[in-house]
Amino acid sequence: MSVLDSKIPEGPLADKWTKHKNDINLVNPANKRNIDIIMVGTGLAGGSAAATLAELGYNVKTFCYQDSPRRAHSIAAQGGINAAKNYQGDGDSNYRLFYDTVKGGDYRSREGNVYRLAEVSGNIIDQCVAQGVPFAREYGGLLDNRSFGGVLVSRTFYAKGQTGQQLLLGAYSAMNRQINRGKIQSFNRHEMMDLVLVDGKARGIIARDMVTGEIERHSAHAVVLASGGYGNVFFLSTNAMGSNVMAAWRAHRRGAYFANPCYTQIHPTCIPVSGDHQSKLTLMSESLRNDGRIWVPKNKEDVLAIREGKKKPTDLSEDERDYYLERRYPAFGNLVPRDVASRAAKERCDAGFGVNKTGEAVYLDFKSAIERYGKEAAFKHGHKNPSDEEVTKLGKEIIESKYGNLFQMYQKIVDQNPYETPMMIYPAVHYTMGGLWVDYNLQTTIPGCYATGEANFSDHGANRLGASALMQGLADGYFVLPYTIGDYLSKDIRTGKIPTDSTEFDAAEKDVKDRIDRLMKASGKHSVDHYHKLLGKIMWNKCGMARNATDLQSALDEIKALREDFWANVKVTGKEDTKNAELEKAGRVADFLELGELFAKDALHRNESCGGHFREEYQTEEGEALRDDEHFKYVAAWEYTGNPRDAKLHKEDLTFNNIELKTRSYK
Amino acid sequence: MGNLIFKFFNLQIRDMKLTLKIWRQDNATTKGKMVDYPIDGIEGDMSFLEMLDVLNEELVVKGEEPVEFDHDCREGICGSCSLQINGEPHGPDRLVTTCQLHMRSFNDGDTITIEPFRANAFPVVKDLIIDRSSFDRIQQAGGYVSVNTSGNTIDANATPVNKEDADDSFNAATCIGCGACVAACKNASAMLFTSAKVSQYALLPQGKIEATERVQAMVRQMDEEGFGNCSNTGACELECPKGISLENIARMNREYMSATTEG
Repeated sequence: MSVLDSKIPEGPLADKWTKHKNDINLVNPANKRNIDIIMVGTGLAGGSAAATLAELGYNVKTFCYQDSPRRAHSIAAQGGINAAKNYQGDGDSNYRLFYDTVKGGDYRSREGNVYRLAEVSGNIIDQCVAQGVPFAREYGGLLDNRSFGGVLVSRTFYAKGQTGQQLLLGAYSAMNRQINRGKIQSFNRHEMMDLVLVDGKARGIIARDMVTGEIERHSAHAVVLASGGYGNVFFLSTNAMGSNVMAAWRAHRRGAYFANPCYTQIHPTCIPVSGDHQSKLTLMSESLRNDGRIWVPKNKEDVLAIREGKKKPTDLSEDERDYYLERRYPAFGNLVPRDVASRAAKERCDAGFGVNKTGEAVYLDFKSAIERYGKEAAFKHGHKNPSDEEVTKLGKEIIESKYGNLFQMYQKIVDQNPYETPMMIYPAVHYTMGGLWVDYNLQTTIPGCYATGEANFSDHGANRLGASALMQGLADGYFVLPYTIGDYLSKDIRTGKIPTDSTEFDAAEKDVKDRIDRLMKASGKHSVDHYHKLLGKIMWNKCGMARNATDLQSALDEIKALREDFWANVKVTGKEDTKNAELEKAGRVADFLELGELFAKDALHRNESCGGHFREEYQTEEGEALRDDEHFKYVAAWEYTGNPRDAKLHKEDLTFNNIELKTRSYK
Repeated sequence: MGNLIFKFFNLQIRDMKLTLKIWRQDNATTKGKMVDYPIDGIEGDMSFLEMLDVLNEELVVKGEEPVEFDHDCREGICGSCSLQINGEPHGPDRLVTTCQLHMRSFNDGDTITIEPFRANAFPVVKDLIIDRSSFDRIQQAGGYVSVNTSGNTIDANATPVNKEDADDSFNAATCIGCGACVAACKNASAMLFTSAKVSQYALLPQGKIEATERVQAMVRQMDEEGFGNCSNTGACELECPKGISLENIARMNREYMSATTEG
């Protein structure tokens, strides 16, 4: 085991980034024209970086599996983007955003990176407004803010419930400008199948044209992976159907260490699973917990009556309801952080109080909010003694103006009217904090291979705060990577074009073709989805919201057995040289079947509970997460050695010089 | 009608039997045809795409090639899904994409026709998948503000923007680029799509600076891609899953007229 060097610059926290920018090497504009960069993924992190690198003068090739960069899954982010602008004058600052993020991550993130994130956050908003991103505004014409979980200030900028869409289209339009200038070549419906190393450096990729099936060689002086997270290892998640770990995993197999794979965010408010046919889960924004109260019935008889359709939730009186978050966490109530809210819902459902046919749902009820808002509105209209009908009518109008699009989405999926009856919600896999290990420059352990956005591990520790994923993606892409990658590329100005006819490219292409061949020739008993669903069940039941050593140990074995069965018996229909969705899925599931095992191994080795990683053996008497800073205050970075369970552990010790390590409490 | 009775008694619709008539086409150069697929065991709570997942699982088990269709987020925002269902883009429900359409919108025994969005500028790639790169090229022609992305710009609050303009700009910007407007139009016109982008920028001070060049370049590209003329029937607005307003087309026409006069 070695100790990893994160290359955090010396000096006071607030000066590190400026000092680093002054110290690193630059590439002159004439030389940038001779340097090629490959960008895999075109979401917020990849799209923004591609645009900025092209703007600087590099030749950029982008790759995405979607038919257009505009469809990357960043587009689905709802709530907002954090920035320490302090426009509300409520005491916000770079330090406070830094502090909230480190604390929210349960003290498992890197101080230097997080401070830099806070430092550049304000610039993101300036940049996006200049690009024509239509953020929400107040009547005076200035930008509006809202609050999000885990913080005491209003620092979240938003565009209704479509903030991710607007920011992504901003990055996409910046990309389009560079495409029009000829500085970006965009390869859509292309999937990265492998990373090519020449003399130990990342020098290109092997990609598959998903329409023709052609296997292509692309070379560059550096390769950036902005390919998102791996939540789909659980099969059911809020991720897009195509989101996958292939690019990151292929890099891992070629030598990039994978950090903290077990850190997964399970979001508490998603629409519950309705049956075996379910293909994905839909998030209901965290903002709903400002006004919704979460409960289950107090008595099991009521639970059964509701499940059998003999009673409705609205039939239950106040004292027949258990508002369990308000009961357990009087100080924060329904606004506890995501990991805490998710575990509490699981606890109630495991105890038999789940309110739908699968027993895995709790209520999110807006009745009190409708009454409260209705009374306020009636009062403002001068009606001092309004009727119940009037209160309800006015209250519903206010709720609609705040959350109308989410209520409509819920009604379309569940076919129930959430203004009349409480929503049913349950936790679902949403985001992965783990990812490729990167240093302060966002470089992986492979020289010339970088990782940005959700694909890296760096900023959110063991739990990400709401509205911080968009911030990190754009910070990495617009403001961090374009500087740090120049330092590396400054040594490449005399290298010249990287040839693709080398033995290294030959070997990588052969590996890819052999792998496709094996998939096409497997015996053909079960569909790809069959294996993906089985893997998802193992992950959810044994590596999900609560984990223990016995289950994790058996998950390791079950995943290995499933992987062996997959390679022997998967059925891939069609041909390899045409558009073939089954083949695309097979390649992705094959990698999930390896990642899943490393995930379980990481969760098993981390004998503590922190953030989204909850080990049942390590909890307080009240059932709260029990961290072990003495033994686990480090990043676990795993080196691939040929078999996921034999991965070699490398540690990066986390030092906290600017923040005091504390136990989080929300009581 | 059948579903109304189910809804009245608040019952789950289960075990529907349906006949699917689906467009199958190997690739852009071959001819396609409609193929019938009977399917049963469909529940009202399934999304339309989950119903297709069921069909595809059956086909794979039988060793047949599954039906290819574009889909990704499955929550109505990425704009990938693009099915013409019983002659309507995204099917019979309003303000939803195909992935948000649920089987409770259909009845036991129904025959459902499923085709790709049809337009010369959207050639078929395979089965129900089309090539919408023409939309990307319209955006590349001028759908942006020409500022660099290094962040060295003015403070975000230095230029106040009228809230109504900002809201209208946002509403235009919620276009997901699915192409339903083109598929709904008898002329396969891309006016609603193009005008939504033109409007987003025309309504903001940041976008006004290049407004003339933008509208000319985007309209020129739209015409080069082979999209038809606006039919003025409003079918695009009706079928748009995001409710993008016809007002955007009027605004683009004004912008274009004044650009042409200036030029």
